[in-house]
Parts: sequence; C-alpha cells; structure tokens
Amino acid sequence: MQTNPKSTQADPASKAIPFYNDPKKRSVLFQIATLLIVGLLAFYLLSNTLTNLEKQSIATGIGFLQKEAAFEIGESAIAYSAADTYGRALVVGFLNTLIVSFVGIVISILLGTVIGVARLSSNWLVSKFAGWYIELFQDIPVLLQLFFWYAFFYNILPSPKQALNPIMGVFLSNRGLVFGIPESHPIHKYMAIALVVACIGIYFLRRWARARQERTGQLFPAFRVSLAVLVGIPLLTWALGGAPTAMNVPVLKGFNYVGGRNISPEFTALLLGLILYTAAYVAEVVRAGIQSVSKGQTEAAMAMGLKPAFVLNLVILPQALRVIIPPLTSQMLNLTKNSSLAVAIGYPDFVSVAGTTINQTGQAIEGVALMMIVYLTLSLLTSAFMNWYNKKMKLVER
Amino acid sequence: MNETATTESIEEVKPPATSVGVVGWIRANLFNNILNSILTLIVLYILWQVVPPFVRWAFIDSHWYTSSEACRSGEGACWSVIPANIRFILFGFFPYESQWRPLLAMILLVGLLFYSRDRRHWNKSLLYAWIAGLVIMGLLMKGGILGLAAVESTQWGGLPLTLMLSVFGLTAAYPLGVLLALGRQSQMQAIKTLCILYIEMIRGVPLITLLFMSSIVFPLFLPEGVTVNVILRAQVAIIMFTAAYIAEVVRGGLQGMAQGQYEAADSLGLNYYQTMRLVILPQALKIVIPPTVSQLISALKDTSLVVIIALYDLLKTTQSVLSDPNWMAFSSELYIFVALIYFGCCYFMSSYSRRLEKELDTGL
Repeated sequence: MQTNPKSTQADPASKAIPFYNDPKKRSVLFQIATLLIVGLLAFYLLSNTLTNLEKQSIATGIGFLQKEAAFEIGESAIAYSAADTYGRALVVGFLNTLIVSFVGIVISILLGTVIGVARLSSNWLVSKFAGWYIELFQDIPVLLQLFFWYAFFYNILPSPKQALNPIMGVFLSNRGLVFGIPESHPIHKYMAIALVVACIGIYFLRRWARARQERTGQLFPAFRVSLAVLVGIPLLTWALGGAPTAMNVPVLKGFNYVGGRNISPEFTALLLGLILYTAAYVAEVVRAGIQSVSKGQTEAAMAMGLKPAFVLNLVILPQALRVIIPPLTSQMLNLTKNSSLAVAIGYPDFVSVAGTTINQTGQAIEGVALMMIVYLTLSLLTSAFMNWYNKKMKLVER
Repeated sequence: MNETATTESIEEVKPPATSVGVVGWIRANLFNNILNSILTLIVLYILWQVVPPFVRWAFIDSHWYTSSEACRSGEGACWSVIPANIRFILFGFFPYESQWRPLLAMILLVGLLFYSRDRRHWNKSLLYAWIAGLVIMGLLMKGGILGLAAVESTQWGGLPLTLMLSVFGLTAAYPLGVLLALGRQSQMQAIKTLCILYIEMIRGVPLITLLFMSSIVFPLFLPEGVTVNVILRAQVAIIMFTAAYIAEVVRGGLQGMAQGQYEAADSLGLNYYQTMRLVILPQALKIVIPPTVSQLISALKDTSLVVIIALYDLLKTTQSVLSDPNWMAFSSELYIFVALIYFGCCYFMSSYSRRLEKELDTGL
C-alpha cells in the first residue's frame, strides 16, 4: 500500500515541506495520537474500575483461587468435592471443556467427511439427502439445537424402566446414555502401554519403508502391516494376560441403572448438538476441497497407471488437504468456542464453573478474564498446531 | 439387404426404454452400480422409517387450536401451543395493546429487505430509504411522540429484539470491520499492531464471554451513577464481535487486489483516502460479498446467545412459554416453530448470496 505519493511531487520552489504535509512525520504524529487516545481511554476505565471496586468493597486479585469452592460439580474427570478450592473447580471445568471439544472435533470431522463425500455422490438421493442435512443444520442457531436435544432427553425419552435399547448393552433414557464396559482388569494398563509401543513401532516402520522405497523402488504394504501391528500387539498382550472377558453390564436397579458407563443427558445433548451442527460445516469444507482438485489430475494419474488407492493417496488428497486444512481449523476452533454454550444446558464446562465462581465471589473481572485467557490459549495452540500441519502438507512449488 | 436399407433401420432405432424417461433417470442416478443401489435402498429404508411416523405425528394426529388438556390426552403433535402463546413468543413483554407497532416495524424491515434484493435498486435513494426506515422502526418501538405511548426498552422482546440486534449489529459492524481491515493492512506499525491485537483477541474468545463482559464487567468500567441499558450493552458486544470477523473477510478481499491497482491509483496522483474510496474498496468489497453474507448469517444466529444474559429475544420468550406447566411437555413443537423462523431468515440470505455470486461473476 503506497502512502507516500506526495513526497515525489514536492514543489521545488518551497524547500521546506510543512510537517503536516510530510507523510512520514504525519504518520508518526497520527500513531502517537492514536496510542495516546487508547492509553487515556484505558487509564480512564481502569481508574473508574478501581474506584468502583473500592466502593463496592469487592476483593481483587486471584487469591480466591485458594478458597473453598463450596459447590458441587455434576461431572468431573478428576476427584472433586465441594470442599476443594475454586482453583480445582476451574480445572475440573477446563478438563470438561477439553473432553467435550476433543470428542466433538474427532466425531464431527468423521461425520462431516462422510456427509461431504455423500454430497458429491453420483447417487441423486444420497447427494440430495446430504444437501438437505447441510442446509438445515447450518441455518438453525446452535443454541436452539442444544435446547432441542436437551429437551429431547428430558421430555421425550422414556424413564430408565422403559429405556430404549438400540444395540445390546446400550440403554438410552432420560437419565442419559448407559453402556457396558469391560470389567477393570490389571491387563488393561499393559494394553494401553502396548498401544503406545505399537504407535512408535509403526512410526519407525513407515520411515524405514519410505527410505527403502526411495533407495530401491520396492513398495512395502505399509498400511496393512501398520493396521496389523496396531491391533495385534494390544490383542497379544490381552491374550497373554489370560484374555479376561468379564463385562460390567448396566443393570436396572430401582429407578436407575447400576454399573457400566453412564453418560449424562447434559453431556450427550451438548455433544450431539455440537457434532450435528459442526459436521454440516465440515461437510461443506470437505466438498469444496475435493471439488478444488480438477478432474484432469485424476485422469492424468490414471493414465500413468496408478492404482485407484494410489490416485487418492498420492494425487487427490495432498492437493485437497491443502484447501481443506485452513477452514477445517477454524471449524475446530468454532466447536471449541461453541462448547461454551454448555452453560445454557447445565453441563459444567469451564464457562459454567467460572460463572458460578463469579456469582459466589463477586470477582467478575478476574472470572471473565480467566475465561478469555483460557479460550485464547486454546485457540492459539490449536492454530499453531494446525499451521505446523498445514506447512507440512503444503505442496512444494517448483 | 443393401447398405442404404441398413442405415435407415439404424436411424429408426429408438434408445431402449430403460435408458430414457423416468426409468432411465432412475437407472442413471439411483442404481448405476452396486454400491449406489445399496445406498439408495438404505436411504429409502431410513426415509420409510422416519417420514410416515413424523407425518402422522405432525399432521394427522396433531392438535391445532385446542387447550393443553386436550393435547395431553391426544397422541400427536400439539401445535396449539403456538396460537395460544404466539403474541408472547413474537413480542415478549411489549404492551399488549401496542403490539401492532413492533409488527409494523417488522413489516417495514422485511419490505425494505425484499426491495433491496434487486441490484437495480441499489442507489443513493435506497440508502436514504434505509436510514429513514431504521429511524421510523426505532420510533415505532420506542414511542413517546405522535401520541404513541413510550415503551421502555426493557420491555422489548421476541422477534423484533432478535431482528434489531442483528440488523443494527450488522450495519454498525460492517464499517467498523472495514476500518479494522484497513488498519491491519496499514503501514503504520502502531495502528497495525492495535488492529491485529483486537481482531485476534476477539476471534479467539467465544461470543458468550464478550456478553458476560458487557453484562457484568462493563458496569464496573463506568463512573458512578452512569448506567447503560443492558440491550445496548449486548448490542455493542455483538457489534464488536461481528466487526472482527468482517475485518478478516474484508482483508481477504484487500489481499486479492492486484498490486497494479495501487500503482495505477498512485500514478493518477490519488492520495490514500481517494485510492481506498475510489479504487480499492469498491472492488475488494465486491469480491467478498458471498463470505460477508455467510458472516451475516452467523451473526443472525449468534444473536440467540443473548438468552444466556437473560435478554428476552425470540429464543428466551420461547423458553419462558415452556416453563409454563400447561405447555411444558411440548418443547419439540415450539422449538421446531422457532427453528423454522430462523431457518427461513437464514435460507433467504444464503440463497440470495448464491444468486448474487452468480450475478457478480464477471469472469475476472
């Protein structure tokens, strides 16, 4: 952007240019004035705030984090009771936000990809179906969808006694979703370790396979072998540990289920609402990405004699991902930010816990600042990670 | 048989009945291979499972103008909840006998929107019509002159509040967003830094934290004795939020401008403001009309978040109806009704955006 067109046409008759006509000096003056105005405004607000806080005798600082919270939280990933501190309550809320965002992001990307591909299907019915889905879920506010699913759980689903039983061992009632899990057994810990070992093994295997292919040109069935390793090693550990098959199945006792894993209606409604909403956007992103790769690319790859799987992996996906990743990142961030709507349906996420904290301590500034800092950090971390991934996926232009 | 006869008979052969007409279309689009045939059957099965029960629930067994008792004894949907509460849902606590005023304001707004659809009407007088229209809408809502009873803004609610928050939010956020985008592209470091800080910070936090900020933190910022209406505070939060997103959209347009455009403007001797106003912005804003419209759609949907700070917008009035024990059980019906209103508004905007995209596609 050129801001100095005038310096070139200065009149030679008048040697000294007045400072208000010199673009450089003018720009410095302008910047100083802006900073001054912003600074004064900040100072004015700050002094008002301090006076108000003093008048209303509201405490300041983050000392409240050490005090006893004295409120219960419905669900928490770590041990928590009302006797714990506000700090721990906020950590519980933060973990809940992370859980719902992570699960939501993974499932909505999977579902969104399926719908995006379905939108491009040559099957008229499937394509129309996906189109209706995208239009419908994009055009209704996510908060309304959350309310709808929440009411769906509380008003429409039957009580545990008449719970819906779509698949064996899974029960859906107005107390949430209950399903059976394997009875806890010491071998599970070793299975988790085996899984991590398998992942590391696959990483080195693929590096070796790529190096060998570059050296000798020989192909290695990396995908099939990795899958076998990924499933095989934990399974082997399980078999070595005596293959425990005991299941912890939910049983109806009194008014509710005992045993199994219970997922609260709040969490299920929140997750369902967020996933269905975000999947519609992800579907559009995926569709645009696939359509951005011209048909000639596919035809050229096939003309070179590549197998369909290679066409997809080596030609289409690298180019489509380049288009898909940036908007997909913003959808992931949107889901994380939308998870703050949990406060409206009573799921104890970070905003909800921070809101309770503000109500109890009256320290609104610190509370809202904490909320903003947490989401800013999450956003910056996610975009940093996705920028790194994007750079890795970028086409090397020659 | 000689050669001519063969040619004639080939010309007379019609395509087989299975590749033209309805049957041909079905074969080509639904059953063209095994996978597609299976998918078609699955979708048809799902539709068969879902649509007939829904139609039965929503239309055949439904109740339309009954009391809530009649509904509870029946099977199907209870649409009666809508006519029984429609005026509260749409207008909230606005005085009952004056509710024609928000209705008139909304009709005016919708009329203006429909008139503005056509690009041939985009000129100076339309701008003046919009300004006059917005002023008249404000007066209709507020009253206090021409014998209209004054209505406190705390009594505003329902659909007018939703539309007002979105329309005023958008009209104010758009110029602010353009300024921010220009600031971000500026060569003055201080301005650029301030704009980047603002845009990235706002885009990094959920709208709900800004609304909390406006509703519980902002009063602490003001000198004692000064209060700002809660609707206005929420409106400012929505404007600040939307402006940051519009700024990013506009930045996309500015970056899409060729360097030659700036150089041409420079060589004509235009200064910065003339360059922007006459050369860059008219082109840049034109390119970004489609993403701007989708930003406007999300702004309209986002106004529903004011529920959380207890403003009586369309969604909140719906919820209050549902807290009435008589109608409590009929949440699906009411939510479907409200969803249809939102869907109608957003669909109108998105289909308009698609049309505009086609019209503006000059192949450049």
